[in-house]
Amino acid sequence: MTDLEAFRAEARAWVVENAPKSLWGTSASGPFEGYWGGSKCEETDPDLLRWRDLGIEKRWTAPSWPEEYGGGGLSREREIIIHEEMKAIGVPRPVGGQGLAMFGPVLLQYGNDAQRAQHLPPIARAEVRWCQGYSEPNAGSDLANLQLKAVRDGDELVLNGQKIWTSHADLSDWIYCLARTDPSAPKKQMGISVILVNLDTPGITVRRIDLISGYSPFCETFFDNVRVPAGNLVGVENEGWTIAKAILGYERSSIGRSIARQPGSAQREVVARARKHLSVPEGVIPDPLLRDELAALGMLEEAFHLTLARIQQSAESGTPGPEGSITKIVGSELKQRRFELGMKVAGAQGLGWEGPGFDEDDLQYTRDWLRSRASTIEGGSSEIQKNIVSKRVLGLPEGKK
Amino acid sequence: MTQETTEDRAPSLLLNEEQKMLSKTAHDFIRSRAPAARIRSFRDSGDEVGFSRQLWGEMAELGWLGLQIPEQYQGMGLGFFDLAVVLEQSGRELMPEPFVSTLLLGAQALLLGGSEQQKRALLPGVAAGDTLISVGYEEAGRQQSASLPAMLAKESGDGFELSGEKLHVLDGHVADRIIVSAATSSHRCTLFLIDPAQPSVTVTRQSRIDGMSSAIVRLEGVPVMRDAMVGELDAGAALLEAVFDRASVGLAAQMLGASEQAFADTIDYIKERQQFGVPIGSFQALQHRAVSVYTDIALTRSVVLAAARAVDESPVDVPRLASLAKAMASDTLMHAAKEAIQMHGGIGVTDAHDIGFYMKRAQASYTMFGMPAQHRKRWAELHGY
Repeated sequence: MTDLEAFRAEARAWVVENAPKSLWGTSASGPFEGYWGGSKCEETDPDLLRWRDLGIEKRWTAPSWPEEYGGGGLSREREIIIHEEMKAIGVPRPVGGQGLAMFGPVLLQYGNDAQRAQHLPPIARAEVRWCQGYSEPNAGSDLANLQLKAVRDGDELVLNGQKIWTSHADLSDWIYCLARTDPSAPKKQMGISVILVNLDTPGITVRRIDLISGYSPFCETFFDNVRVPAGNLVGVENEGWTIAKAILGYERSSIGRSIARQPGSAQREVVARARKHLSVPEGVIPDPLLRDELAALGMLEEAFHLTLARIQQSAESGTPGPEGSITKIVGSELKQRRFELGMKVAGAQGLGWEGPGFDEDDLQYTRDWLRSRASTIEGGSSEIQKNIVSKRVLGLPEGKK
Repeated sequence: MTQETTEDRAPSLLLNEEQKMLSKTAHDFIRSRAPAARIRSFRDSGDEVGFSRQLWGEMAELGWLGLQIPEQYQGMGLGFFDLAVVLEQSGRELMPEPFVSTLLLGAQALLLGGSEQQKRALLPGVAAGDTLISVGYEEAGRQQSASLPAMLAKESGDGFELSGEKLHVLDGHVADRIIVSAATSSHRCTLFLIDPAQPSVTVTRQSRIDGMSSAIVRLEGVPVMRDAMVGELDAGAALLEAVFDRASVGLAAQMLGASEQAFADTIDYIKERQQFGVPIGSFQALQHRAVSVYTDIALTRSVVLAAARAVDESPVDVPRLASLAKAMASDTLMHAAKEAIQMHGGIGVTDAHDIGFYMKRAQASYTMFGMPAQHRKRWAELHGY
């Protein structure tokens, strides 16, 4: 048995023994599922909290971060094994969220020692929750057009402007922002810096945004003369675009993966809805056109999962293929097709907003269908993803957008 | 909750070092020796064979024809996955050599159902490039029901007498042996191995759009002995289905290669071709469609490799993965070929340019072994709805 095989056996044994039974089969164990923590968290499920505590104690909330920053000091391969073993029984990671999945790795790479020491251990212990301040009302797909101003004043930076689509800003403790620190830079990608802001700082207002689904994780975050220490700037001043792109790259691939869920689950879900709403409890679904659509969905789902597996295998063998860039495009499309078909089979029973005549599952499904329309927009729209593949993978010349 | 396949248990979808080497060698050999333009020359010269026996022999010497054939029959004793690696490369240049007829139909029928004697007599010749074997299963008006042929096998003495007509028998005009399906009762069929040189067999070559060759094979009371049966009596339908599954996976590998090459040629072209003073590849209208083809190809690569792996390691998954691979590769190649022609513009619809051959092969491959909708129907059945 190789070291890694031995470690897998050890990880499996620990996960099986310690993961609370009520959590089994509830999760695809992606980076954005389960308990997210932070000082404003109101989670009360005792099993989720116990699983969090066990993960922290084992130092497996951030298995591959250095031990001095609250991590487990393990290799990336071992971290993958731990997550695979959680996925194998369908339990969430003990702690999830942006701090662990996106901000932490970037701070490890680009932050200084003081920033890492201050921010990483509380993330690993789920004490502090982070959100992302990227988009602005006039900087969506054209992110580099951002206008949040950060002006030096002695040892401080003074921020003025607005962020939008700041997911969970109302539940977070800190935000990592892209801000314009040099408005006179010759290109809009230059003169941008990454700045860390405590959301309790005076001058910050957070307002929730309702989506067509009736609720949402999204907020608007306003900055009115917000003063933060100059030491909260990450990396090199005015060269934050490089860091921003690194985070976006990670976001792309993790959104694709987080959509993935269990292989076959989309097909099972929609077939089950078809059986329920069309009163075909078992056997062949008689409508051949519907059956064809269900099979097309099932096939796309299987192809997507096999492609994720292939990308992961080639990354492990040291030759990451360029296909990673397509997981967000395909994953978000799969999600929308799944909900579209699930709505189609429900007919009028899919039209409920609330109240009598509709069961809870159907009401939730309809909200989720509406929410799924955002999946090809958030985290870089499909059109932006296609621009990226076109330029970086296919090497096509840039033209007017 | 049931424990389904998870990522860590997904089949290996990577080529090992030997397979990477094989892929590269095959790529370079085929690119230099067997460019797609050969299809035009075979057609225009009225070549009676339609492909190169010489090249087929050279590939036999390289070991490619016997990759999956066991060593006791003078093959390499490797897997179907290795064969798929070569098939992908052969597809890139639309090679008209008898990969499908002999390696994917004939040899698979023998491997899956042939008697020891049949395998010993024929497989070494296949690996050596000397023996060509095809399977005849299509009949007029019956392409949807290969399992219930109109061709009849009438019991006669110690054997049978076969009568009927098969269409689109790939490489039937040069095949040394043809395996045909014939009804042995009102609702069952059996496969029989025949020698087309026998009297009362008429073989007529058909002219096709796609550079492949096929034939009408007419049998008029052809006598065969019982030892000519491939597989058990009345068990032809299941055997044929298993053969089609493997053939579908192999053809899907060829279609993957064809998609990749058509796409690569198209990307090269739109980088070069100037209109309005700029390369047309700088237009977003083309870029996004190109990415859509790229995405289809990436998904198809995954399912083809998974299906090929299943043939070697996980037979229970072969039917659903074969249907997945065939359906997806068919749609992908059609998509890639249509976009290739559109993005090439006027030159793309001329006979002088090779890209049109990809369109023709796309249509031929699309119809072979079940169209995508038939495979989706089967997928639904296999998944219980």
